Amino acid sequence: MTETAIEVNDLTVAYHERPVLWDVDLRVRPGALTAIVGPNGAGKTTLIKAILGLVSPAAGQIRVLGRSYREARSEVAYVPQRGSVDWDFPTSVLDVVLMGTYGSLGWIRRPGKREESRAREALEKVGMEAFAHRQISQLSGGQQQRVFLARALVQDARVYLMDEPFQGVDARTERAIVDVLRELRERGDTVVAVHHALQTVPEYFDDAVILNVRRIASGPVGEVFTEENLRVAYGGRVPFLQGVAGGASAARDSPPPPESPVDRRARPEAT
Amino acid sequence: MSWIDFEIQALAIVVAVSCALPGAFLVLRRMALMSDAISHSILLGIVLAFFVVEDITHPLLILAAAATGVLTVALVEALHRTRKVKEDAAIALVFPALFSVAVILISRYAGSVHLDLDAVLLGEIAFAPFRRLELWGMDLGPRGLWMMGAILLLNLLAIVVFYKELKLSTFDAGLAAALGFSPALVHYAFMTLVSVTAVGAFDSVGSILVVALMIAPPAAAYLLTDRLPLLLVLSGALGAVSAVSGFWLARGIDASIAGSMAAMAGVTFLLALLFAPDRGVVAGVRRRARQRLEFAGVMLAIHVLNHEGGPRARAENRVEHLQEHLRWSPDFARKVVRHAQREGLIASGSGGELHLTALGREHARHRMLH
Ligand SMILES: Nc1ncnc2c1ncn2[C@@H]1O[C@H](COP(=O)(O)OP(=O)(O)O)[C@@H](O)[C@H]1O
Ligand SMILES: [Mg+2]
Repeated sequence: MTETAIEVNDLTVAYHERPVLWDVDLRVRPGALTAIVGPNGAGKTTLIKAILGLVSPAAGQIRVLGRSYREARSEVAYVPQRGSVDWDFPTSVLDVVLMGTYGSLGWIRRPGKREESRAREALEKVGMEAFAHRQISQLSGGQQQRVFLARALVQDARVYLMDEPFQGVDARTERAIVDVLRELRERGDTVVAVHHALQTVPEYFDDAVILNVRRIASGPVGEVFTEENLRVAYGGRVPFLQGVAGGASAARDSPPPPESPVDRRARPEAT
Repeated sequence: MSWIDFEIQALAIVVAVSCALPGAFLVLRRMALMSDAISHSILLGIVLAFFVVEDITHPLLILAAAATGVLTVALVEALHRTRKVKEDAAIALVFPALFSVAVILISRYAGSVHLDLDAVLLGEIAFAPFRRLELWGMDLGPRGLWMMGAILLLNLLAIVVFYKELKLSTFDAGLAAALGFSPALVHYAFMTLVSVTAVGAFDSVGSILVVALMIAPPAAAYLLTDRLPLLLVLSGALGAVSAVSGFWLARGIDASIAGSMAAMAGVTFLLALLFAPDRGVVAGVRRRARQRLEFAGVMLAIHVLNHEGGPRARAENRVEHLQEHLRWSPDFARKVVRHAQREGLIASGSGGELHLTALGREHARHRMLH
């Protein structure tokens, strides 16, 4: 196994001459769950897209599993932001999950029985097997998120890049997703996920990257998830700061903090 | 029906189906307006190529036209990327520029060029049967039918072979790129297909009406199904229906065939918009009426529950009083009561007063709590 799953050196990305990532250096530990956190517009999505070669950097170098992304492509899975696609597109859940097999099929070849059974397996892992033939426009936010996760799982990758996989999901789905992520970690896979809820970072993730145009800190959550680092990233107004920063390492060993019931019930979801 | 009528309709169907297939992906990619741009700007390619080869049937015309179509897409995107104008404005700036040059060239050299502006704008499908394809002295049928047939075949082939790539890059271009299917390549190949189709169709129905045949049938199909393969089949079928009905409309009222075809495409869409089983306007109105009735039924149950056993229960819980208390019209009040009775929420006593069934009480309590 390589020393680092993802290595980013001096990465600068600019949109129309405005840098949104500025000289970012990063090492992602293999076999760990890494959170990318930072305020809106911090460049988290851009960082993921740059790793995947979807945006071209103005400067810098990116290696995935010690190779260029092109060479490592078959071992990388991607979960885009849920809002990045049109959920009214005329297709079914199973069909979307099958898209995860397209990479291994290459051009022209169509998915067959083997791919279909893999897709169904992945749907089972995220608890969506009953929805296989459902039209995707009928899914709730949490179900959409699980379908995207299943689509990444069929890729059978070693590195998973996920853009806000917990966005808009209810408590039950959040648990289900966390379970899947832990299963991936047990297999030795690497997961990098953009994550918004700071209070759950210490519970869910091993490492964290704190980002706001520049990389403010990265490393084990217990070391980098400090009040000071978060203040730098969020400009003083840190949401949910109390009981998170500083106490991070303690939180990891103790049982998970009780979930805020108000917060959860605000996002009801029929599954 | 004469043989000529038959040939015209055959061509009309082939044109309509050829347009509808790539049109479906244009609609899904939210690029409907691009068909308008392409179908106009390809005229410039046709005119320029015509100046070179001086033969209106020369295959170079198609190539040149397709190239202008792709150029249009590239120019629109380049203009949009400057972020000085929005995409719709970019489209509206690029294609009239190219189209106007073509119109100027045609009108300036009209004398020496056998390109008729009317024919360009509106097509001349009625004359298509008179331009025959002859090989070794044999009559093989209308030339346009052969050309359009080849284009239809090309469209079918491209969509069947690259179905997976088209679908993925349309639904999720980011994943397509991450998996190594260059969405930009797919995009430009697809736009070439749209351009080639527009050139072929344009000869029959003119540049203005190509748009109607590309967009209206898929837009109608989109209201009728949520499965992509069925959407493609339906788009083609609705296109064919528009073509044939348009032909007979034109015959009936002695009007332009191309115009009638486009009009029928519009009518097809309108019918789908009104009567589509799930997403149609009528279905929506029905659904809302039913929801309103259901909600009113629960309100009624809650009202009865609140007055149950009270001193004025007999007076309050009567149909006539609902009007006053719930501000319902007498008609609507009767309808709601009938609905609630049918649903088993309410029963009426001997004196006409309403009382709750066990089910009705449960519903009312449940709804008050949630
Ligand atoms: N395609 C684009 N063109 C121009 N600016 C962009 C584009 N995508 C993102 N940006 C800008 O780049 C910055 C970072 O965006 P993003 O990476 O999406 O942030 P995050 O995911 O952390 O919220 C934002 O200011 C955003 O407006
Ligand atoms: Mg983002």
